[in-house]
Amino acid sequence: MVEKRKIKLTVNGVEMEGEAEPRTLLVHFIRDTLGLTGTHIGCDTGHCGCCTIIMNGVSVKSCMVLAYQAEGANILTIEGLAKEGKLHPIQEAFWENHGLQCGYCTPGQIMSTYFLLSRKPKPTEEEIRRGLEGNYCRCTGYINIIKSVKAAAEKMAKGGS
Amino acid sequence: MIPKSFDYLRPSTLQEAVQMLDRYEESKVLAGGQSLIALMKLRLAAPKYIVDITRIPGLSYVKEERGKLVIGALTTHDTVENSPLIRQKCPILSEAASRIGDQQIRNRGTIAGTLCHADPSADVPTAFLALDGEVVALSPSGERVIKASEFFVDFFTTALNPNEVVREVRVPVFSPRTGSAYIKHARREGDFAIAAVAAIVTLDAKGVCKSASIALGSAGPTPLRAVEVEKALVGKKLTDDVIVAASELADRGISPPSDIHGSAEYRAEMAKVFTKRALRLAVSRIGG
Repeated sequence: MVEKRKIKLTVNGVEMEGEAEPRTLLVHFIRDTLGLTGTHIGCDTGHCGCCTIIMNGVSVKSCMVLAYQAEGANILTIEGLAKEGKLHPIQEAFWENHGLQCGYCTPGQIMSTYFLLSRKPKPTEEEIRRGLEGNYCRCTGYINIIKSVKAAAEKMAKGGS
Repeated sequence: MIPKSFDYLRPSTLQEAVQMLDRYEESKVLAGGQSLIALMKLRLAAPKYIVDITRIPGLSYVKEERGKLVIGALTTHDTVENSPLIRQKCPILSEAASRIGDQQIRNRGTIAGTLCHADPSADVPTAFLALDGEVVALSPSGERVIKASEFFVDFFTTALNPNEVVREVRVPVFSPRTGSAYIKHARREGDFAIAAVAAIVTLDAKGVCKSASIALGSAGPTPLRAVEVEKALVGKKLTDDVIVAASELADRGISPPSDIHGSAEYRAEMAKVFTKRALRLAVSRIGG
């Protein structure tokens, strides 16, 4: 019988801890143990990008990382973006540009956008398309998502967070 | 989907890691995990022990040493893609890394990880073979260097022993008048290749092809060198006629798989077409 072990990590600026088995995937730990269900599970095979989070500054698919591997890590999930009831500029941009229909893939789209804009504050359309390759949307056809990312970049350049 | 239960080991040095691999039967090294964790979730792999080397310090670097680029085992695909040193001195490796999966996968997957996984349709192994690269492997009894031509043994099988781990990857710095291209045929960007070609050509001062190195992915159980194509290029001026004629030989000695993405015949035909395109692109990129 494999024993559970306590692991500590920082999520959205808050130190958190919980028990996990070695085989527990980070996405399950975030959702089921920490109760942060904004991070979604889509394909569960590392393709769709719904479970994208920021781990130590880079975007990763949390269904492809063991919870133990995230011990001590600094994690940002979709819940960590809005501050004091005010949406993050990326969230606002997706809202205003209809960058979603069903919304299931949106947390992943937004976290990938967050990483893209952290590295390329003024991405070209090609860079946006490439940056979001790892995030599938089965509703919108991506046009409004790309529009949203462009709008987010503009908002952030004007001094959003 | 959740992997089968296993024990998790976290060595703090590579020496400790190989001792663990030596001591525990059915143990497996975990690096970026972008192939292994997927296989474990699908229960295609069910190791009893996972030896997670990602916390071992000092295994992520890119340096130039004596005409070679030396790259630490845990260097991510994203770093390989964007490293100015690799882009300048061995651009085909950056080009291959840039075609892997997607941004999230490249942020986490590692160069040694994809080589050790040895998927014949993966991007970096094909470029690594064309480059005549080598890996430095550590075991409890010491280190050895394994050449790319001996590293890939069969489908998902390398020359590494169960108690060995790759510490470093080495690739040559391009000589002057060299051009290269890594291109692949896939249904969607980021997919594994239906056909993939890594082509490196070097000219002499008179513009005659001095050396040619062509490797094919998705063409057999391992990445394969297209020896006949290489022979048809060396000693000639690389006109389009020469490229077209040489590319026709790309299906010699290959044994591509048949699956839902393409029959063996189709893949063999695509190996020719993509060899032609890769050579044209490589020649167009030859600098002074």
